[in-house]
Amino acid sequence: MSDPSRVTALDAVHRALGATMTDFAGWSMPLRYGSERAEHQAVRTAVGLFDLSHMGEIAVTGPEAAALLDHALVGRLSAVKPGRARYTMICEAGGGILDDLIVYRLADEEFLVVANAANAERVLAELRERGAGFDAEVRDDRDAYALIALQGPAAAGVLARLTGTDLSGLRYYASLPAEVAGRKVLVARTGYTGEDGFELFCAPGDAEPLWAALTEAGAGDGLVPCGLSCRDTLRLEAGMPLYGHELSEATTPFDAGLGRVVKFEKEGDFVGRAALERAAERAVSDPPRVLVGLVTGERRVPRAGYPVVAADGTVIGEVTSGAPSPTLGKPIAMAYVDASHSAPGTDGVAVEVRGTAVPHEVVALPFYRRG
Amino acid sequence: MSNPKHLRYTRDHEWLTETTDGVATVGITAHASSALGDVVYAQLPEVGATVSAGSPCGELESTKAISDIYAPVSGEVTEINQAVADDPELVNSSPFENGWLFKVRIDPGAEPGELLSAEEYDAFTEQ
Repeated sequence: MSDPSRVTALDAVHRALGATMTDFAGWSMPLRYGSERAEHQAVRTAVGLFDLSHMGEIAVTGPEAAALLDHALVGRLSAVKPGRARYTMICEAGGGILDDLIVYRLADEEFLVVANAANAERVLAELRERGAGFDAEVRDDRDAYALIALQGPAAAGVLARLTGTDLSGLRYYASLPAEVAGRKVLVARTGYTGEDGFELFCAPGDAEPLWAALTEAGAGDGLVPCGLSCRDTLRLEAGMPLYGHELSEATTPFDAGLGRVVKFEKEGDFVGRAALERAAERAVSDPPRVLVGLVTGERRVPRAGYPVVAADGTVIGEVTSGAPSPTLGKPIAMAYVDASHSAPGTDGVAVEVRGTAVPHEVVALPFYRRG
Repeated sequence: MSNPKHLRYTRDHEWLTETTDGVATVGITAHASSALGDVVYAQLPEVGATVSAGSPCGELESTKAISDIYAPVSGEVTEINQAVADDPELVNSSPFENGWLFKVRIDPGAEPGELLSAEEYDAFTEQ
């Protein structure tokens, strides 16, 4: 990417905290502030604070906003009640995944689509093109929001100290406008860590005071700022896919084991329907590679792109994400492997780690489920 | 963490002690360990192995990446730090002390690699 990195509204905060910054999808983002393993453990056992302002917000509003999204996405957004949210995807006509999305229905005629930073421009263009015939507006709201995530078992307690709004009834994948530390915020109970937590959409100018208030309110609970490095190990342990790793234009939702997000039963045509119907059949009759979990007792870490091999050395798949798991204390990975080797406990599966076949156990995802 | 004055440094971010009976101790700098992030696996050279200045002789694996360990000088490995092999996090918590990696008997006949003083290494990492 030739553009200089964009910075978030919290850039000065990250630098004051001594963060190691990294370029991510054209944004300068905190990779970690101190030890990424300590940040990971804070989210699993206490609470962590993330700047996710690189995520791409797109507003879809108007009388036919729901119909537009039903046509443009694979999910049935018209069935989502105001105040609730859905994990969904946008696919190309051939069925390949263009992005995975969270769509919040804020009102009958108002949706907030949150795309991955790297794909936001493409998603925006596709929604505009696919929405041309609908009585609805697609608006680029990327500059309208900063996004702060508060994740971990102590998140609800910390947030409750800063708002008069009762959030105890806010369900997972639901959102609510609220005032937090005196700032107007859309509070969503969503996340990408495998823990309870919240994502706070706010005006960029409110991001610094909100961050400061959350930091102070969480100090007694062990709140720490968390970077993208631990976000990646948290989502990997939770078995959540990452676009560019488990998901790509070359995979359909069915290939990724996420066929449940495709709602064939919805009314009308939607982009990718015919191709996805074939992909759904193929997933049953002649499955291509299957997304599995791999765990090893060895210490070398399987990394994205490493070949997965059978006992006789035949390549049977490829690692899509891998990291040392702080919670399990050993390396874990997600990989696409041939269906014949995808059953948990399959013998003889190994990952070729820089020339050495390191034995791995095939396991069901996720690696970690909160208690 | 400042770079100790009594050590010599390489542009590959290793440090090297003065020799005692021809043997020097090697580690990576705080700058390097901080850039790596939490080290989870250290593959150190074997005792008796011959290493040559500027060439990879081991690996450090962190959460996000793998990075080669380069030999700062040429010679024979006389000892490795088993504590680091068992607990690689020492490279992060004590890069200049308990997190040393290996000891090398410097080959007096070999071409010496280019070593920097602490001041020169400071200037190099601030570039």
